[in-house]
Amino acid sequence: MKLITAIIRPECLADVKAALFRAGVTGVTFSRVSGHGGEREVVQQYRAETVILEFHEKVKVEMAVSEHYVEPTIAAILSSARTGNVGDGKIFVQHLDRVVRIRTGEEDTAALTPVTADAVQRQAQRQAAS
Amino acid sequence: MTPASPLVAGDTAWVLMSTALVLVMVPGLACFYGGLSRNRAVLNTMLMSFGALAVMSVFWVVAGYSLAFSTGSTWLGDFSWAGMQGVGVAPNPTYSAGIPHVLFSAFQMMFAGITVALISGAVVERMRFTAFLLFALLWGALVYVPLAHWVWADGGWLRSLGALDFAGGTVVHISAGVAAVVLARMLGRRHDAGRTAILPHNVPLTLLGAGILWFGWFGFNAGSALAADGISANALITTHTSAAAGLLSWIAVELIRTRHATAVGAATGAVAGLVAITPAAGFVSPLSAIAIGAVGAACAYAAIQLRAKTAIDDALDVFACHGVAGIVGALATGVFATKVINGAGADGLVAGNSRLLGVQTIAVLATIAFVAVMTPVVVLAVNSITKIRISLADELAGVDTKEHREEGYHGGGLAEFAGQAITLGQRVVLPAHEVYGQALSGGD
Repeated sequence: MKLITAIIRPECLADVKAALFRAGVTGVTFSRVSGHGGEREVVQQYRAETVILEFHEKVKVEMAVSEHYVEPTIAAILSSARTGNVGDGKIFVQHLDRVVRIRTGEEDTAALTPVTADAVQRQAQRQAAS
Repeated sequence: MTPASPLVAGDTAWVLMSTALVLVMVPGLACFYGGLSRNRAVLNTMLMSFGALAVMSVFWVVAGYSLAFSTGSTWLGDFSWAGMQGVGVAPNPTYSAGIPHVLFSAFQMMFAGITVALISGAVVERMRFTAFLLFALLWGALVYVPLAHWVWADGGWLRSLGALDFAGGTVVHISAGVAAVVLARMLGRRHDAGRTAILPHNVPLTLLGAGILWFGWFGFNAGSALAADGISANALITTHTSAAAGLLSWIAVELIRTRHATAVGAATGAVAGLVAITPAAGFVSPLSAIAIGAVGAACAYAAIQLRAKTAIDDALDVFACHGVAGIVGALATGVFATKVINGAGADGLVAGNSRLLGVQTIAVLATIAFVAVMTPVVVLAVNSITKIRISLADELAGVDTKEHREEGYHGGGLAEFAGQAITLGQRVVLPAHEVYGQALSGGD
């Protein structure tokens, strides 16, 4: 199990999301973050003040995936978040010791196997009927 | 009661309306300034405008109006109208023949309020609120009131000299601008001014404020005719034209210098155009108003660039927008005024009379000198009664939380979900299912 963290351009978010879903990665957390990399600083003007914005707005994408999803996830992000310019971001892959699904208490790979609310509901109805 | 001249319903209606329009400039200014400040100072910034209005209004009724507008001497009125005694429904023909005297007084009350509110833009993020209120009272009494008397009152020396100030270029804008720079200098810079970029926290709020100011300015200038007549209509169109020219002039300069027109710049340019036309509105043609607005805004732009190189932290550039554009307007009145527009006015340089420009220059210099000398006296007096500046620790934490124990922007964040704030008396925020006795159910 790996935790994959990607820092991407906000304007690439829609494409990255689509690519991840297509690769079957549906458990994703996004957050807006600010950071500094190798990009040129943004210059703005307020009355007499010329302002250099040192931090760039980025989106952080976090996904916990089982082993055989690691390469497809990375490939999906590379294909959708790359513009070729400085500032495209990074992908970090870390080992995960343990994963627990809060709803059921399932652990590790079972906890990472995606389920949909519809499937869960159907299962609950079947149990109630039997 | 003075022998009654008949009230004119149209005039009375317009000045009633104009009084309300000038009042609206105060929240307009509060938005304009509030948007330009940082978000942890937005409440203090906006509240100073409202506070100044309240202080000056009460003072105006008690003694301010009397000291400013009763005949008295050439330098100051007396207490004959204190507490609005004798200021009744009947018109006072000296100031305005067709409207109730008490309405004239109310209209002037709003001017006193907005003038002190203008100064507050210089001191944001670092002045103690109570000290500002005290400053408003003393500055109003010792600076605004004598100036208003000199320029507008029966027997005032600048009025007798023939100086023209249609709606308050000297009394309101030059005086507020000079007072702002003096107060900012004496108060000192914000702890991080010049070390870090200080950005406006809400530019849309600033644009809204500029729009409200623009709207209210129709009452400020066109209302200063004190009648619903041709002079009033002329003042309205010159006011609007100058604001538009100021906006275009500012963004033209920006486009040349930085290749980008900015929203803050457009709002500032419009306000500078409004300031510049203020003394001239009822005396010049709409065509002249284009020149006045354009030059006023360009000069204010230059003044802001120069101010940024100094150590004076006139935070929202009150001196550049009001002082400099006000000076441009007062002098331009001496250039562009013409009796063709207003028979009760005077001819300026363009109409072949060079004397008026000299008189206008005297009025400008007298105003600057008086305000520059008196404002430090007021500041020292306030500081001897109560400390004027908040502590560095409070400044770092933010003037809103420390001076007012309030914040402009709570909601929206995680803090709301997390129950960051609890009502006094509670100890803990219990989980919802313990309070309501039911578990969180999982949707559908």
